[in-house]
Amino acid sequence: MEFALNDMQQMLQDTATRLVRDRYSFEQRKQIVAAADGYSPELWSEFASLGLLGIEIDEAYGGSGGSFQDVAVVLDAFGRGIVVEPYISTVVVGAGLIAAAGTEAQKEAILPRVASGEMKLALAYAEPDGRYTASHVATTAKPSGDGYVLDGRKAVVLGADSADMLIVSARTSGATTDPQGLSLFLVERGAKSLDIRAYPNLDDRRAAEVTLEGVHVAADALIGPRDAGLSVLDPALDRGAAALCCEAVGVMSALNEQTLEYLKTRQQFGRPIGKFQALQHRMADMAIAEQQARSMAFLAADQANNPDPAARAQAVSAAKVQIGQSAQVVGRGAIQLHGGIGLTMEYSAGHYFRRLTAIEMMFGDIGYHLARFAA
Amino acid sequence: MQLTYPKDAQQFADEVRAFVKAELPPAIRDKVLRHKRISREEQVFWQRKLCDKGWATPAWPKEYGGPGWTSLQRHLFDEVTSEEGAPAAIPFGESMIAPVLFRVGSPEQKAEYLPRIRTMEYFFCQGFSEPGAGSDLASLKTRAVLDGDEWVISGQKMWTSLAHLANMMFCLVRTDPAAKLQEGISMLVFPMDTKGITVRPIITLDGGHSTNEVFFDDVRVPKSSLIGEVNKGWTYAKLLLGHERSTIARIGNSKRELRRLKAMAAEQRINGVPLIETQSFRERIAQVEIELTALEITVMRVITAADAGALGVEANVLKIKGSEIQQRLTELQLEAVGPYGLPFDVSKGGPESNIGQIGPDGALSLGPNYIITRVVTIYGGSNEIQRNIIAKSLGL
Repeated sequence: MEFALNDMQQMLQDTATRLVRDRYSFEQRKQIVAAADGYSPELWSEFASLGLLGIEIDEAYGGSGGSFQDVAVVLDAFGRGIVVEPYISTVVVGAGLIAAAGTEAQKEAILPRVASGEMKLALAYAEPDGRYTASHVATTAKPSGDGYVLDGRKAVVLGADSADMLIVSARTSGATTDPQGLSLFLVERGAKSLDIRAYPNLDDRRAAEVTLEGVHVAADALIGPRDAGLSVLDPALDRGAAALCCEAVGVMSALNEQTLEYLKTRQQFGRPIGKFQALQHRMADMAIAEQQARSMAFLAADQANNPDPAARAQAVSAAKVQIGQSAQVVGRGAIQLHGGIGLTMEYSAGHYFRRLTAIEMMFGDIGYHLARFAA
Repeated sequence: MQLTYPKDAQQFADEVRAFVKAELPPAIRDKVLRHKRISREEQVFWQRKLCDKGWATPAWPKEYGGPGWTSLQRHLFDEVTSEEGAPAAIPFGESMIAPVLFRVGSPEQKAEYLPRIRTMEYFFCQGFSEPGAGSDLASLKTRAVLDGDEWVISGQKMWTSLAHLANMMFCLVRTDPAAKLQEGISMLVFPMDTKGITVRPIITLDGGHSTNEVFFDDVRVPKSSLIGEVNKGWTYAKLLLGHERSTIARIGNSKRELRRLKAMAAEQRINGVPLIETQSFRERIAQVEIELTALEITVMRVITAADAGALGVEANVLKIKGSEIQQRLTELQLEAVGPYGLPFDVSKGGPESNIGQIGPDGALSLGPNYIITRVVTIYGGSNEIQRNIIAKSLGL
């Protein structure tokens, strides 16, 4: 595990940090969230021109051929600004999945356009009754002519309403809970009989319920092996979870800084409230939680692309559990130490708390990952 | 787990339950059960029902219109009505200013305020906290100066819950800036439509509006607005903050939420197995149920002591454990619905929702409810302050 930043990572950190500082103040973020798209298309283009969308994408497809650790640096900075753009859905999960399992034609059609900011992706894997279990798929894909017809419902699909292309898991064989028999398909946003019902999540990002009622796709929409889609899906979900861990550390770090500052400046009983030992100890626990989380985010980034599924799953699940627990200590602690002001919309600390709360419910919660680690 | 009560108490509880089931409109009950906001009209409607039955203001002495119940009856009434989804009484009039009026109100004040508090014709809010005076309430700065026959108030209150719905306020003001902090404070009561009062909403992190900032720009109220003696307001504030110890634990509320948690955990499935049958989640429900049972018995012990007379720090114990249990229940409820805890609807799935029904029935209220319930360890004296009081009482 490498803890020091290399030159490339240092440069990415400077770039992303400057971007968040100049373009993502709390006031600017408010406007972005309130706008029609729920994110800033203008900033998305800027991400592209700064090279942030193609970090991991191979140079042959218009990217920089970097590592997951390079992306992790950007995620940390985005966490500090609670950036709402659908970066993880598109860049980490979507493009990562195509790069790992796509056909040459799919890579050529998608990866350069992700890197250039022209295409956004969303992974529609969860289903209404499936919680976090990716193999729980009732959606079907039946052969039809020279392609497939997809029918089913997908739940809480992150970034679906801004995506140009969905990656949908569907059953080509087996029963709903069968780990075998899954396949992945590319579905264009404008596809006939595809309904995307979007809504805001509690972290100000968008998700959607996606309904497919006889959606036709061509044979070349299949990504990866037919009936063995879980072998493609699992690594993508692990990358998503690992990315959340890296981002969460940025969120926690910014929130801890803000809480510490509040303890030093808020006066009650004639002194800063940080002089009270009960509050000092709570703040100390929050600092410890952040450090534990940071350590596990290193592990997650290091193992996110490990081709050994068991080793990767164990590392990522361990990290997601630790991040979830640390996020509770830091998030709830920040609200308690701020008092009422932390629970208002017009103050930023609460929005960091909301993001941490949401991260716990994405790509598997503590219970899910604890069970997976212990299995 | 169900505790057993003496037979007559059990009968009383049954009578209360039957009354609520018969008289509470399903629409209001549904709102309470789903954590939606109760309108002012609905709140008043239910209060009038209780008045008609003679059950309003359960803690008041009989001479002022209370039902003359024992502490155990009051506890059971609170518990059963909460469990059945009746709107909780708003404490500011009934449980806070009224007990102060019993002790130090003038005959005219009692005659004017108490009957109207009982019917909620007077809907009170509490002007205590300020931007610079939260936990350290005694450092409040809002001034009141006597000018002829009028007090002239200037300053700002914060976290004034329901000020936008209230038509009356009881307010702590500084009347002697030269005195020691606690000794220069007085308590005033006045209508919210008095000239110079501005209420500004504070939108909380759940998207809701229940609390406010209130500004006073040379607000003139009659001299007779003073409650009790001048510069004794701090004593009265302590009196009212310590009132209603048995309901501070929110036992009925938590029992209702526990029941809801179990229902959700029975419905939600992991790989086909009901969540409630997975060992880790089942044990965590058990843990909070055990804590709640212990707290309920603690409340019973406090009630017994209350009938005998003095109370020590039990109210602080009940506040701390009661609030922690409330929070724990919201955490487990949110966890129970998995990814469907993410969609955020500020109306909590209400008719004014812009996102409609998403996920399992009732799931949309769980995120906002988890977020806003963080406030229960902050308000009414933060849990840190409560622990300081307990530590002090232990001689530390």
